Amino acid sequence: MGRKLLLEHINVPGINTLEVYRQKGGYRAVEKALKTLTPDEVVEEVKKSGLRGRGGAGFPTGMKWSFLAKPEGVARYLVCNADESEPGTFKDRYLMTHIPHALIEGMIVASFALGAKTSYIYVRGEMMPQIRILEKAIAEAKAAGWLGKNILGTGYDLELYVQPGGGAYICGEETALLESLEGKRGNPRIKPPFPAIAGLYGCPTVVNNVESIAAVVPIINDGGDEYAKVGIGRSTGTKLISASGNLVKPGVYEIELGLPVEEFIYSDEYCGGIANGKRLKATVAGGSSVPILPANLTLKYANGEPRLMSYESLSEGGFATGTMLGSGGFIAFDEDQCIVRNTWNFARFYHHESCGQCSPCREGTGWLEKVLHRLEYGHGKMSDIDLLVDVSKKIEGNTICPLGDAAAWPVASAIRHFRDEFEWHVKEPVKSLS
Amino acid sequence: MLKVEETQPVEFSSALVEKFDEIVSRYPAGKQKSALLPILHLVQAELGWTSPLAMDKVAEYLNIEPIEVYEVASFYSMYFLQPKGKYVLEVCRTGPCCLVGAEKIMDHIEHKLGVKEGEVTADGLFSWRGVECLAACGYAPVLQIGPDYTFYENLTEQSVDTLIDNLKNKQDLRQ
Ligand SMILES: NC(=O)C1=CN([C@@H]2O[C@H](COP(=O)(O)OP(=O)(O)OC[C@H]3O[C@@H](n4cnc5c(N)ncnc54)[C@H](O)[C@@H]3O)[C@@H](O)[C@H]2O)C=CC1
Ligand SMILES: Cc1cc2nc3c(=O)[nH]c(=O)nc-3n(C[C@H](O)[C@H](O)[C@H](O)COP(=O)(O)O)c2cc1C
Ligand code: SF4
Ligand code: FES
Repeated sequence: MGRKLLLEHINVPGINTLEVYRQKGGYRAVEKALKTLTPDEVVEEVKKSGLRGRGGAGFPTGMKWSFLAKPEGVARYLVCNADESEPGTFKDRYLMTHIPHALIEGMIVASFALGAKTSYIYVRGEMMPQIRILEKAIAEAKAAGWLGKNILGTGYDLELYVQPGGGAYICGEETALLESLEGKRGNPRIKPPFPAIAGLYGCPTVVNNVESIAAVVPIINDGGDEYAKVGIGRSTGTKLISASGNLVKPGVYEIELGLPVEEFIYSDEYCGGIANGKRLKATVAGGSSVPILPANLTLKYANGEPRLMSYESLSEGGFATGTMLGSGGFIAFDEDQCIVRNTWNFARFYHHESCGQCSPCREGTGWLEKVLHRLEYGHGKMSDIDLLVDVSKKIEGNTICPLGDAAAWPVASAIRHFRDEFEWHVKEPVKSLS
Repeated sequence: MLKVEETQPVEFSSALVEKFDEIVSRYPAGKQKSALLPILHLVQAELGWTSPLAMDKVAEYLNIEPIEVYEVASFYSMYFLQPKGKYVLEVCRTGPCCLVGAEKIMDHIEHKLGVKEGEVTADGLFSWRGVECLAACGYAPVLQIGPDYTFYENLTEQSVDTLIDNLKNKQDLRQ
């Protein structure tokens, strides 16, 4: 059994309530931080932990916190990114549904470390049930004195609010999220400046994923050094993996980073193998934005060594033979799945979700969708395959935010690894339809 | 409650305005525009859609231009700019759900309700549409129904039939 730092008590009845959460040691991190540590010492522990952003980019959390500008007399904000919309990713919803106080406790500690007096949890609008759960948990915490004025008599004040989104994948991009929180369309801003310098209402702001914030709780309880002992190399700690697709047991799993991919897919402790006795054909290991890999490269590097669930190991081989950990959205495809169809589906998704600010993304995602659609539906030409590669190259790196790259990579990697399947759709247009 | 007749101005009840006021209090002074998305959700929960007249009224309340409300309501996918059926079945149509049969579920719903995506059934009760990943891919196929956004997971044709029949028989679900 791997170590559980976030989900240890997830199956305890009533763990969604303050009372039971407290019985299981909840809010100790708030007591420890506010009563025995300075804000800078909290940041130091998070730095020592090696925690990397769980939203997908993997940027070191402690470092991001230490970059926060602190001009005199200007408010600072912590905003939790609970917009979770990356296809294949559903861990934040799981955590908020079952153990909401873990997020709230983390928010209090992190807000204290950053000197924020008002913090927001931006939850995707479709998660109305989770919004209600969080609001209830906040009310409980406030009534018990963990939030509000003069928390634990330390003189620290904090208000915490939940903000619903309106339904837009792009609002998970942190600057689009801030625009949305300001009541505007979710158009990403040009970075730099990073939110740490100019974020919400132009003030210094840290945006962190739900899981990153929740991980602060065990880091403070056990100390950053202890946290850093879990995991492997620069991939410290545990990670929530959302497993979906053709698996015997899809769901959310907390793994120690460094777990072999093969064990994750096939062992009974995790996904239990491929559903219906079929064989694994391919995986998208880190949410729809990361390159797709065929089964052999999912389980092993090109040189035959086993691949592990970690930032470094999943990206071993670069885009030629590797992928990325991303947000931990692990999608498994069985042998009957059509790669062209799935690639078209993802391209349609990105076209639908493009905010439209940059023409390479707005137009390019439309082209990808259209060309993939005609290939899938038997009207494609051989030259369309190279056209797709060409269009994805023209999008990649030429846009304001990484949504453009996220649309381009899945197409380019699907053609790289499954070109024969694209060609088959051109050669056998009628068969491919059935 | 609030009522919209095409030509009549919308009135927000005092209970609703109280909710608006509480939301505005969450932001620093002068940043009341931050309340726009949450307020539009409340309006839609009452009316079933964000009608032009209601949006004008929201602009007036927040002291912003009407265009600032329209551009937001039209950008985000959750706000309905047209009246919809009382129950809008929103089925996830993104990759992971399609790996385990979401497309079949959508075909089944279309057939069962007898209306195309986005249309309203003759009795005014139902609409359906495909939406993008609902962050529930491990419990696929899934659909949600507003305004509470209740989730229905691991759908089968039978469970969809039961759901639709239950909604037909239990029309006060929304009260
Ligand atoms: N969880 C989900 O649902 C989704 C996650 N993603 C992930 O998002 C990732 C891309 O996210 P981005 O925010 O664009 O990546 P990024 O690398 O620009 O930033 C990562 C974080 O580090 C901070 N940062 C980076 N350099 C900084 C500096 N010099 N000073 C201060 N702060 C700095 C940023 O503000 C941000 O919070 C992708 O890798 C993808 O995996 C994408 C789509 C959905
Ligand atoms: C198109 C796009 C969508 C994103 N969606 C999310 C999201 O839903 N949740 C999230 O935490 N980060 C998302 N991100 C990453 C955020 O921009 C940002 O890196 C993250 O919230 C920082 O938190 P972390 O450092 O704790 O990971 C997205 C990025 C892009 C480009
Ligand atoms: S890359 Fe796409 S989503 Fe990102 S800012 Fe440009 S148009 Fe908008
Ligand atoms: S793909 Fe349907 S919920 Fe994620």
